[in-house]
Amino acid sequence: MAEERIPLIETVDLKKYFKVGDNALLHAVDGINMKVYPGETIGVVGESGCGKSTLGRTILRLIEPTSGQILYNGDDITQYNARRMKKMRQELQIIFQDPYASLDPRKSVIEIIAEYMIINKTLPTKRDIFNRAAHLMDVVGLARRYATAYPHELDGGRRQRIGIARALSVNPKFIVCDEPVSALDVSIQAQILNLLMDLQDEMCLTYMFVTHDLSVVKHISDNIMVMYLGQCLELTSSDELFEKPLHPYTQALLSAIPEPDISMRNKKIKVIKGEVVSPVNPKPGCRFAARCEHCQERCHQEAPELKEVAPGHFVACHLCDGPI
Amino acid sequence: MSNAEKMLDIKDLSVVYKTDLETVYAVNGVTLSLEKGATLGLVGETGAGKTTLALTLMRLLPERTGKVTSGSITFEGENIIDLPEAQMRKIRGDKIAMIFQDPMTSLNPVLTVGEQIAEALLVHNEVGRSKEEIEARVDETLTLVGIPPARKREYPHQFSGGMRQRVVIAIALSCEPDLLIADEPTTALDVTIQAQVLMMIRDLRDRLGTSMIMITHDLGIVAQTCDNVAVMYAGEIIELGTAEDIFAHTMHHPYTDGLFASLPNLKSKTARLQPITGLMPDPTNLPKGCKFAPRCSRCMEICKEVPPEVYTEGTHSIRCHLFHQSKEN
Amino acid sequence: MAKNSTRPVVATLDGEDINFKRPSQTKEILRRLRKNKGAMIGLFLLICIVLVVIFADFIAPYEAGVVQVAENKLAPMSPEHPLGCDSYGRDVLSRLVHGARNSLLVAVAASISSCLFGCTLGAIAGYFGGKIDMLIMRALDIFMSIPDLLFTMVVVAALSSSIPVLIIAMTLAYFTNYVRLVRSGVLNLVDQEYVEAARAGGSSSARIIISHIIPNTLGIILVNVTLNVSSLVIYQSTLSFIGLSLPAPAPEWGSMLSSARVDMMRAPLLVVFPALAIVLTAFSVNLLGDGLRDAMDPRLKN
Repeated sequence: MAEERIPLIETVDLKKYFKVGDNALLHAVDGINMKVYPGETIGVVGESGCGKSTLGRTILRLIEPTSGQILYNGDDITQYNARRMKKMRQELQIIFQDPYASLDPRKSVIEIIAEYMIINKTLPTKRDIFNRAAHLMDVVGLARRYATAYPHELDGGRRQRIGIARALSVNPKFIVCDEPVSALDVSIQAQILNLLMDLQDEMCLTYMFVTHDLSVVKHISDNIMVMYLGQCLELTSSDELFEKPLHPYTQALLSAIPEPDISMRNKKIKVIKGEVVSPVNPKPGCRFAARCEHCQERCHQEAPELKEVAPGHFVACHLCDGPI
Repeated sequence: MSNAEKMLDIKDLSVVYKTDLETVYAVNGVTLSLEKGATLGLVGETGAGKTTLALTLMRLLPERTGKVTSGSITFEGENIIDLPEAQMRKIRGDKIAMIFQDPMTSLNPVLTVGEQIAEALLVHNEVGRSKEEIEARVDETLTLVGIPPARKREYPHQFSGGMRQRVVIAIALSCEPDLLIADEPTTALDVTIQAQVLMMIRDLRDRLGTSMIMITHDLGIVAQTCDNVAVMYAGEIIELGTAEDIFAHTMHHPYTDGLFASLPNLKSKTARLQPITGLMPDPTNLPKGCKFAPRCSRCMEICKEVPPEVYTEGTHSIRCHLFHQSKEN
Repeated sequence: MAKNSTRPVVATLDGEDINFKRPSQTKEILRRLRKNKGAMIGLFLLICIVLVVIFADFIAPYEAGVVQVAENKLAPMSPEHPLGCDSYGRDVLSRLVHGARNSLLVAVAASISSCLFGCTLGAIAGYFGGKIDMLIMRALDIFMSIPDLLFTMVVVAALSSSIPVLIIAMTLAYFTNYVRLVRSGVLNLVDQEYVEAARAGGSSSARIIISHIIPNTLGIILVNVTLNVSSLVIYQSTLSFIGLSLPAPAPEWGSMLSSARVDMMRAPLLVVFPALAIVLTAFSVNLLGDGLRDAMDPRLKN
């Protein structure tokens, strides 16, 4: 990674704990350090409950972090008051997973797209705002005849386009894409992925792409972060991760993808045993230890730190301590 | 395929959903057959008619709206379309069992897992099993799906998603069905759990010799588990063949090609995906000719007017005008 | 999809101004309401009833319907007394017409005030949650454990019976439903992704409540208001029946019903007319309410 560049978004030991009982804390995001450079895409993968969605929302301060810093162009936005934060929201946007739930059923398409611009008064008149909203519909490939339709009249792919147009309406620099294609059929999914990549090229957007789908994340990301129970287990470039996965969990994840190729049919899938344990009051040691086939005594005692084992390749595993 | 081995034979099956306002053409002239012990993958996108086909096999179509307009389903020598409901009930669950997509909603939250498996056994208790025998069978099925029998006294909410899906599978397998229909059995699960469940299904199928229809939108799952593959689009089977035909050959229906091109490739970095343009046609108003014609990049004049015939080559059949021509040439 | 494009469409073409002529939400709702036969019948009936209430003095043949004429006792229907007379010789039609004023005023006022009171409390409890929520909900539990009728009796007994007191008493008896309804509605909506989306765009809490939460809970609230109007008319009749409503000579549907009961065998029609008035009112309000709910939900549009 280049030395001089300033990351657009950087998190420093970001934590988000939820209180779930008298003495119980759910460690949803537990000390995440990551850097995202302008124009790049970072993919965040993990299974349900690993805290990847919470991480995305915490970076946007839709959920207030418990501790840690979020630097935007080097400036800590966790210290911003409500007024500055409202302004900041125009730079940091989100595209939601569920195109059904993220659109108000009682608002028409154009009203939904115009909403952010009305809130932030980005343009002087309502007419300008609606003009721009209509223009955004062209940008995301929504026919203008749907402007006065309601979300329920449209299919999933079109709804997702509305969500994308809404996010773009305030000219953001950074967009968290929270599983934007996982509710869509493959052919529609490919259309939306292409759209997102085109928009990135045209508008120089920076994405954080949260998903559980490894093939999608590989396709769209420059760097990938593998999360497990709120922590980052491995972080490296997308190609490197798929060629040389180092963490046992990453290896298992990759081997678990069913591939559309019958030559792989009799390949031995490295099935990891057990299921994700509860993120409530986690035990010391490596979070993955309980399911890991290489687990040693040490893994239960002491948590491995995220270390750079090769240039740009970070792994949190005791196995990778030595030279590889 | 010799006739003797066929356990399921669907001929020209059409199903519609009729309401006062409109008629949805969900399944249009499907012809399929399944050999004993084989696994058929039914692939297609939302609204392709996969689930309707499965519900028709189970005779679980919504009574007021769903109607079979033509065709026959022969299951073990009997046409189950005309079977009286009382007789169908004996087949359902006992001979044909179904696993639904969502393990959260297909279990009853107020009954223990053991009770739910026992219930399935009690309903089909022709052999007259005693209470102890049923309990023993419950333990046996739970062990089969990898759940310790001691957990049978727990309620569904005490199980995780993957475990719940195992319970659902245990219920389906408890009566040792001849045919198992799995409707997106792993869609709601995480990849690592999906791998566990798929391995288990594959293993059980081989051990018990159950025939299976695997409904999914994931070509990867089909490639890893199925012997035969049927690709559905707008209620029709547009391509049918062995797994080798679909995954290893180059000759395909343009829709199947489109599906493959839509998938991000794990091995090579492609700059852009080549998705199929447009959307699935409105099932109340299907195109007159080939149903895929409006989205097809290789659409010809004839495609817009005349529904294509099925072109067959060995085990591989394709419903497309492109291949009809190449045969004549 | 967009089959009935009666709604004008945003005109396009680059560089040109876009004609954003979307009919206002109210117009749209009225348009859909007009297509609903039941709602239109309800509306028509309700307008008739309101007209009767406004022009009671002109419609009623006998002033206020409180004049007692001994020889007219239980008089049958006749040109002078279209609906006959009651056991005190009072003209039934006049009493019905004037009674409409008292009955409807109290019922409508009480349902509106109970709705406003209950919805505010419910919205506060649901949106802010935590201790505020707990405080409101536990107070509500105590409130609800006292039977409505007993509670109303206490209030009326303490403050003596008059129209404002009746409204207060009935508000207190009926607001609890709204609190629970709106609270659960708000709790559901706060977790919706579109509310989160609004926050991501910089919306304030007030804006979220006004532009997303209220429109989305309005449907259930409205149905309840209309259901409550009718049940309040009936509830007030109950109160009159046990003598807790307006003092004796004042005409009012419930008290008419209860006094007619005595002579039910001799003059059965005396029971029928006030009962019919109550049923008709309840019926029309319900029809309209159902229609409004459907008209306000774009998802139910045909």
